[in-house]
Amino acid sequence: MATVFIPSLMRSMTGGLDTVDVEGSTVREIVNHLDALYPGMKDRLMDKFRIKPSISVAVDGEVTPLGILEKVGEDSEVHFLPAIGGGSVEAG
Amino acid sequence: MALKYEPNIVLSTKEYDVVGTRPIRHDGTDKVTGAAKYGADFYMSGLLFGKVLRSPHAHARIKSIDTSKAEALEGVRAVVTAEDLPSITAEGSFKAGELTVDLKYLRDGVLASDKVLYRGHPVAGVAAVNVHVAEEALGLIEVDYEVLPSVMTAPEAMKDDAPLIIEDLETEELGEKTGKLSNVADHSQHTLGDVEKGFAEADEIIEREFNTETVHQGYIEPHNFTTNWNKDGRLHVWLSTQGPFDIRNSMAEVLGLGISDVKVTPMEIGGGFGAKFSVFGGPVAALLSKKTGHPVKIVNTRTEEFESATPTSGCYIRVKLGATKEGKVTAAQAYLAYEAGAYPGSPVGAGATCVFAPYDIENQVVDAYDVVVNKPKTGAYRAPGSPNANFAAESVMDEMAERLGIDPLELRLLNASKEGVRRSDGVRHPRIGCIEVLEAMRDHPHYSAPLEGPNTGRGVAIGYWMNGGGESSINITVHPDGRINLIEGSADIGGTRTSIAMMAAEVLGIPAEAVLPAVVDTDSIGYTSGTGGSSVTYKAGVAVSLAAQDVKNKLIERAAMIWGVDISSVEAERGVFQSKEDPELRMTFKELAAQLNDTGGPITGGASLNAAGAAGAFAGAIADVQVDPETGKTTVLRFTLVQDAGKAIHPSYVEGQMQGGVVQGIGWALNEEYFMGTDGKMDNSTFLDYRMPLALDLPMIDTVIVEVPNPAHPFGVRGVGEVCITPPPAAMANAIHGALGVRMRDLPMKPAVVMGALWGKGE
Repeated sequence: MATVFIPSLMRSMTGGLDTVDVEGSTVREIVNHLDALYPGMKDRLMDKFRIKPSISVAVDGEVTPLGILEKVGEDSEVHFLPAIGGGSVEAG
Repeated sequence: MALKYEPNIVLSTKEYDVVGTRPIRHDGTDKVTGAAKYGADFYMSGLLFGKVLRSPHAHARIKSIDTSKAEALEGVRAVVTAEDLPSITAEGSFKAGELTVDLKYLRDGVLASDKVLYRGHPVAGVAAVNVHVAEEALGLIEVDYEVLPSVMTAPEAMKDDAPLIIEDLETEELGEKTGKLSNVADHSQHTLGDVEKGFAEADEIIEREFNTETVHQGYIEPHNFTTNWNKDGRLHVWLSTQGPFDIRNSMAEVLGLGISDVKVTPMEIGGGFGAKFSVFGGPVAALLSKKTGHPVKIVNTRTEEFESATPTSGCYIRVKLGATKEGKVTAAQAYLAYEAGAYPGSPVGAGATCVFAPYDIENQVVDAYDVVVNKPKTGAYRAPGSPNANFAAESVMDEMAERLGIDPLELRLLNASKEGVRRSDGVRHPRIGCIEVLEAMRDHPHYSAPLEGPNTGRGVAIGYWMNGGGESSINITVHPDGRINLIEGSADIGGTRTSIAMMAAEVLGIPAEAVLPAVVDTDSIGYTSGTGGSSVTYKAGVAVSLAAQDVKNKLIERAAMIWGVDISSVEAERGVFQSKEDPELRMTFKELAAQLNDTGGPITGGASLNAAGAAGAFAGAIADVQVDPETGKTTVLRFTLVQDAGKAIHPSYVEGQMQGGVVQGIGWALNEEYFMGTDGKMDNSTFLDYRMPLALDLPMIDTVIVEVPNPAHPFGVRGVGEVCITPPPAAMANAIHGALGVRMRDLPMKPAVVMGALWGKGE
């Protein structure tokens, strides 16, 4: 199972847990399974069919431009991070 | 291992035929002869000239605007205000390059609708037969303002009784509105381990506060926009930009057009450093063009640049470090509050990611606050957010070394990050060169050279930048004379035409001079994300390697067809195609290219992709200074920058980036700031008074390029354009401490600040 790192400002939703092991082969599946474990998580992370613009998702250390479409491995680490604004970061 | 002194050292780990050499840049002739065309050079038949009326107040409500007298002036062709913008049809935000942009904020930033939020905020635009008439017309526009109280710094704006700049702004935490109306647009937090436990394990704890001022990117060429709203409904824009596709998208959103209704042609660019991603006067010029039926050009003055064009944040930072007496850092805590300017979006998030990134620290908490103030909206500036945070963290790290009695580089090496170590945000570093940079600093002759003269000091610092990737598209065409055209969408602000051309040449086995690179408009190449985040040589390098390999494969097929042999029996090495079985079957790239049109037609190749895997980079600075204890003036005696480039494609350009970044960092350190009162008026809005370092202020900057290859790139490239600005301010502060024995907490460390610190020490 992938290990999802819960941002500190969302740990009230996981009873204080900072990591959760979750099944899923894509970020989309990870979010769905996370939401099943901790209801409301999906609304917190996604707008309809995409990760919220204010949030970035990193899989195995790499912020992915694919968002929920990104593949997740059996031993992957998944981080939900504040999207970095105001600068030329992670792209241009 | 001690290094032998040379001004520019390259510690190469792998050699190539073209990559790593220093050919003359492809655009060099046009640049030095003046043939290169910049935005202000652009001219069209029937061109009108635009000017923008700007707010004289830092914060005010617009009660009315009367443009009738301006419209009646002879020579004026049109006047526009926010009422000329199409009504908003799409609420919310959209992606413009790496930035998420709120549409209402973007539109209000182009032309204020109900309030002005900073002095210089655009209120109206005029098009006239010449710029003088347009300027005269600005003075005839009557705006009735209700002046409101203003707030200029993050700590002031965060107070409960501070005037609200955007009255419905709620603080968000990871995309969730908190319901609290505030000038704090966003709060984020990173935590690792147990910071209280970490501080309890420390023998020494140091906590300090820091402030930095608003500074400007200081590019030579002001923003410029020429627009032509064609009769067929399509809009064509010519301008100086780092992100032609970002401009296309933003223009379309603001003007209510489809993306394909807008065509953007990037002109040559006279400096950007992150600032040239915003549309600014572009939509104003477009509306004026639509109203008049003529092309319209707007070129900012220097004062307009300073007063309205995206400087970077001033900030307040608090850093706390705990360490054992043996030098192991056990805990780190940072509080970062960055000014966003008039609308949300400071680079505080990047500052939070970078602040402790050079170190392996088990227990961390980093809180980051994005705060709106009555200053121009901030924009990206070379490693945005990182120099501020680095100044604070590396100053405290240096003080910790002093208190523990450990050499400052040895303390950094004891705690240095390496592959697998987690950053503050929890993400593990990939293969990085932090230790290699620190070792090269330690081994450099500069670090062990004796200091000479009174009141001299040496300081060191190491900084981090995460670098970026993104979308890139490359098309290659083979000419019959053996040269190739290389079409790209990345605006060239740092010599990337040549670095991309060199990688194509390496793959194809031809000289760099045989590649003809061209940056084209948004209709002529696939989507390409902006030139920022030190991304271009990384992402375009991946794309061009694939595109060149595509061409190479097609050439192998063609050679096999010409020779009537199986493709698998043909190989290409260093620009020579030959049969593995028959040594007589052999052609150079040029000979094969000459036969293409007669043997099946031309060959083209291409690649479009979204490149991930841009690994972060580290740079370390060694600074020697001499400070006059009677005046507080600091003189830079010697400066060496060591940086991991992964692989330097063109070492001269990498060295140029390093030297330029250091010079800007020294400007942050010693001189540069906006002098602003509470009225928001900038008192030093010219280059005469906004004091950037000049050649006479500086020694030659020595460079050491370390090459720890990035495994995700075909040649090992890491971005090089930004990290170089990060460590100089802290290294300078630590050097001033070495000279005078006082710790500096505020940037810039101008004479008055140095003398204040000295007097605070009792001298």
